[in-house]
Amino acid sequence: MARFAVLVFPGTNCEGDVLHAIRTVTGQPADLVWHKEGSLDGFDAAVVPGGFAHGDYLRAGGLARFSPVMDPLARMAESGRAVVGICNGFQILQEAGLLPGAMLRNRSLSYVCRDVRLRVEANSSPLTLGLPRGSTLRMPVGHAEGNFRADDDVLENLESGGQVIFRYCGEDGAITDEANPNGSRNNIAGVRNRRGNVAALMPHPDRAYEEALGGVDGQRLFESLHRFTEG
Amino acid sequence: MKFRVRVLVRLRPSVYDPQGEAIRRAIAADPRLNAESVRQGKMFDLEVKAQSPSEAKRRAEAIAEKVLANPVLEDFSVQVLLD
Repeated sequence: MARFAVLVFPGTNCEGDVLHAIRTVTGQPADLVWHKEGSLDGFDAAVVPGGFAHGDYLRAGGLARFSPVMDPLARMAESGRAVVGICNGFQILQEAGLLPGAMLRNRSLSYVCRDVRLRVEANSSPLTLGLPRGSTLRMPVGHAEGNFRADDDVLENLESGGQVIFRYCGEDGAITDEANPNGSRNNIAGVRNRRGNVAALMPHPDRAYEEALGGVDGQRLFESLHRFTEG
Repeated sequence: MKFRVRVLVRLRPSVYDPQGEAIRRAIAADPRLNAESVRQGKMFDLEVKAQSPSEAKRRAEAIAEKVLANPVLEDFSVQVLLD
């Protein structure tokens, strides 16, 4: 059995979706954890869900790293347990220095809310463990700041180290500019850290895990997370 | 003593600024106006307790580095306002 922590900051708004997705897809226990908590003892993995933590004041995710729960979250990452971010959770993990890069305003300047197709690029992460490389998944994005930026040397290291886990692609799996919803460099939709236990993506698997939501591909990511906790 | 310190945070020159570019296009749409380029940034005015202007500047720089700017995208400048 694995127990999952779902972090909640003021302004987080996807915690209910993530909690329900974990419970229904994996059958494992999951609890909401308020950002003022100073401990994540007893949890095997943590998910930072989407929303607008601290109102996105200063920068998206920019103030969350000063919340008390971020210290135990960093220790959890150091210990090798799984730490996963979705959308605003991705931005929070970047701002906390747990994942590389930063998110710029979408190149369209618009909030983009639509289904995208993702190609699995690496299966050595808590979000992609056991997923065939080159396979594709469909789920929605919903963000205004998902335009992945990193310096050239950082980007090269990400690419050569297999740290890019998802790319935006066309229906046929081709990596094209038309398939890129926000202008992200190299069509990057998700990355992992060097060690391979911290990972995040901008699209929302928590909005695509049962037929009633219009898609079930998000299940694969929660199943992967569950597998990862089983070592 | 209290000092007023102004911190300007800008996207680094190598980073494309989609907001600045949209503003430039809006300016270009009016034939009476002209700007070759626009870069958008943020301004913060802080009140900092310190013994001297140079100490106030150092304190503000530490704040800018840790909180106000994201070094992946942005750099900053700090100016003590003496009025």
